[in-house]
Amino acid sequence: MQIFINDSAFEVPEKASAEQALVSFGATPPFALAVNGQFVAQGQYPQLMLQDGDRLDILAPIQGG
Amino acid sequence: MRDTLRIYGQEFNSRLLIGSALYPSPKCMQEAILASESEIVTVSLRRQNSQAAGDDFWQLIKDTGLTVLPNTAGCHSVQEVMTLAQMCREVFATDWIKLELIGDDYNLQPDPVALLEAAEQLLAEGFKVLPYCTDDLVICQRLAALGCEVIMPWAAPIGTGKGILNPYALQSIRERLPHVTLIVDAGLGVPSHACQAMELGADAVLLNSAIAGANDPVLMARAFANATLAGRQSYMAGPMAVKSTAVPSTPTLGMPVWHQFNE
Repeated sequence: MQIFINDSAFEVPEKASAEQALVSFGATPPFALAVNGQFVAQGQYPQLMLQDGDRLDILAPIQGG
Repeated sequence: MRDTLRIYGQEFNSRLLIGSALYPSPKCMQEAILASESEIVTVSLRRQNSQAAGDDFWQLIKDTGLTVLPNTAGCHSVQEVMTLAQMCREVFATDWIKLELIGDDYNLQPDPVALLEAAEQLLAEGFKVLPYCTDDLVICQRLAALGCEVIMPWAAPIGTGKGILNPYALQSIRERLPHVTLIVDAGLGVPSHACQAMELGADAVLLNSAIAGANDPVLMARAFANATLAGRQSYMAGPMAVKSTAVPSTPTLGMPVWHQFNE
């Protein structure tokens, strides 16, 4: 199925978990995850089953003012 | 007695908070942060498009050993703020959040109505909220009434360097909210602006562009540290009363009266 990671299309197997998607994408700590605009805590990654069309945002530290 | 800056129960010696953005290089950023003698540095979160993109930056910040203050820069809605704040809390392991909620893209002015709603929700979620707001007294009063122990009104729009556009407004906020930690955030351009903010009674100033955008950010960081301290010392010392007529500072008693012979 197709999901979107940081606005780019990304293929994952049916019933993939958030954790599987993050590993496939190559997300490296430190980062935090939001799915469809909602924060997902680290401890929920293995249990969260993704749906076709889900939009994931993986955010990492940057400079800020 | 030590004169310390108090933020949600924590005490700091420096009254200058510094941003980590816009420096010519990561090394310059680190040197300027250290030269500023700041103990609090602002950071943010953005999309990780390449592996470990933010890791080097984050390591440099961690190496400073300073307290981090994550922001919600770029958010335009309460929902965006809530999501980004929760993500910040997890990544940076702090419940401090610099609440930024923009209402107008032209001058990056905070949305005062949505700001109150966001502050209330964040406080309910256990965050220690440092809201970036305009210098509107009533908005500041409402934020304090919600439970914000820190208020961060602007001096001028972000990145303009115009200095304090409305000193009266900031002075009114200080006088009406004497127990709130008041940090003037955004719009300061030169050290004299920071000094003026401190002389008006601000507890601290938060700077980024004015230091990072200087020809020599490290030297400018030192200048802002000195100006911030000077302003604080001036406020604590209590300035002289302004008079409308001249008053000689040198004693007149005992002055020879030669000028009488010259008339």
